[in-house]
Amino acid sequence: MSFTDKDLVTMESIIKRYPRSRSAIMPLLHYVQSLAGYVTNEGIELIAKLLELETAEVTAVSTFYTQYKRKPVGEYHVGVCTNTLCAVMGGDAIFAGLKEHLGIENDGVTTDGKVSLEHIECNAACDYAPVVMANWEFYDNQTVESAKDLVDGMRAGNPPVPTRGPNSLVTWKEASAVLAGINDGKAHEGLQAGAPTLLGLKLSKEGK
Amino acid sequence: MTKLAPVLSAHWDEKDSFTIEAYTRHGGYKASKKALAMDPDAVIQLVKDSGLRGRGGAGFPTGMKWGFIPQGDNKDHYLVVNADESEPGTCKDTPLLLANPHVLIEGCIIACHAIRAKHAFIYIRGEVTHVVRRLNQAIEDAYKAGHLGNGIELVLHVGAGAYICGEETALLDSLEGFRGQPRLRPPFPAIAGLYARPTVVNNVESIASVPAIIENGAEWYQAMGTEKSKGTTLYSLSGHVKNPGQFEAPLGITLREILELSGGIRSGHTLKFWTPGGSSTPLFTAQHLDVPLDYEGVSAAGSMLGTKALQIFDETTCVVRAVLRWTEFYKHESCGKCTPCREGTWWLVQILRDLENGKGSEADLAKLLDLCDNIMGRSFCALGDGATSPITSSIKYFRDEYIAHVTQESCPFDPVASTLFEGASK
Repeated sequence: MSFTDKDLVTMESIIKRYPRSRSAIMPLLHYVQSLAGYVTNEGIELIAKLLELETAEVTAVSTFYTQYKRKPVGEYHVGVCTNTLCAVMGGDAIFAGLKEHLGIENDGVTTDGKVSLEHIECNAACDYAPVVMANWEFYDNQTVESAKDLVDGMRAGNPPVPTRGPNSLVTWKEASAVLAGINDGKAHEGLQAGAPTLLGLKLSKEGK
Repeated sequence: MTKLAPVLSAHWDEKDSFTIEAYTRHGGYKASKKALAMDPDAVIQLVKDSGLRGRGGAGFPTGMKWGFIPQGDNKDHYLVVNADESEPGTCKDTPLLLANPHVLIEGCIIACHAIRAKHAFIYIRGEVTHVVRRLNQAIEDAYKAGHLGNGIELVLHVGAGAYICGEETALLDSLEGFRGQPRLRPPFPAIAGLYARPTVVNNVESIASVPAIIENGAEWYQAMGTEKSKGTTLYSLSGHVKNPGQFEAPLGITLREILELSGGIRSGHTLKFWTPGGSSTPLFTAQHLDVPLDYEGVSAAGSMLGTKALQIFDETTCVVRAVLRWTEFYKHESCGKCTPCREGTWWLVQILRDLENGKGSEADLAKLLDLCDNIMGRSFCALGDGATSPITSSIKYFRDEYIAHVTQESCPFDPVASTLFEGASK
């Protein structure tokens, strides 16, 4: 793929955030992922050129972190938490159910390119277990059925709204741009907190 | 009975709590104004006097950490906030940042002033798109309002899925643009941290606690908590309970108290085991219900307060399955830098997998403990140490259950019974 002048301007602005340019590797990798859907060889070469590094140095960083993909994922990347607490609470059943429903294995992509599946580690939402993430947005308190509805919605082009996230689910590329630090204007959307987050405060107001 | 004491969480129930308008409506950015008018050393002293200790797990006194930064050295100083919340069970910083990102920004301004830093970084894990949005917008709004940009720059740095980056020196390597692997210490970050400059690395909750301390004073903070563990903190309750969630209480509250006020274990079931502060803290059982959840109390009972991540498991849960899954996590997240952790966690998984599948032997338990003994204290960083905690503590309390897997040649538990949707009380 080729990069436009606008892409280059954005990448230069990302580099300028830091006192030392090498620190920009990670947001630049997120940015390249937002353009191509994954970290392409061309993306790595461009980052190396911009930061005056060897491509091997950029590749070494990109392969260390699991969020950087070296091959295309789906338009919607679904992560099922199967760390202990979520797994016990139903994450294992959800992951098995989705694999069967979609006909793909861990790290697989559906043939229509819409959905990819990955089992993920603890995503800091244990009070909402079992948790499913889609493009790293929260889908709290899932069941096997609700997770199947979620991926069916994705394949039909109308995924359900995240539980604690924007008013509609953005695509994998759009989410990657947010992770590169680009403001998509959706910060004000969605809940400030779910019910479990507020439970202690609520009980305190009741005198506990 | 200890009462809840919402300070950090006081206004989370307002729908716009994450906006700069809501934050200033409740007196936000007054504390930073007050602190900026103070001598930096006086700010450090105030935080020292408050008794605030690190909320990321280790419990090191925050003011003392700030005091380690050399002064008048003509070098750039840096503040780095660790928002890489990834310890299994830990879920406090993420809801805090979703509901009120400005309290962290104000804390950063105060901390930068105290340690004479002009530049702060927030290193947030990458798997939370909406939290990144909220924090990014809050930083933009704080710049527009003039709270940032007048001598203090704040940059949000988004990680990309590596638990090891929660270790402070791995985090610094990652922030410098390298693979996230821990550094040899000394030198400690206070002397040679980010870009080899004096650096303070603090957890989100620690820094977010600072504005209220500046505003209300050290004595106010001191009045809450126990003798050596001052203030309030977020306890995160999850698992087989009626009502999971966040409970902000003075340090020293017990699990029994939190369960009583929140509704208890899910009905028809009993508590089997729990973690006081994430998967790296040795397991507790029902005999530890009255342990004061402060740094000293938990430590005296043989575990660690950690991140106050109270993961609750009832009698339907197979402890071998639980421990195997955590061990698979440590194996996956081991950065590979040191041999005990890289090789050791790999072997731990092999043995635990056999045991869980009924293919183990009693001798495997001795082998597990021997491996743990060779990982604990011999690894480069705390990841390896943490990997041994669930294993050694579960063998200590549930040896019979491991043996049952061996004699029965299978797992005696039905995983369906422990799920939220199938195993809920009938």
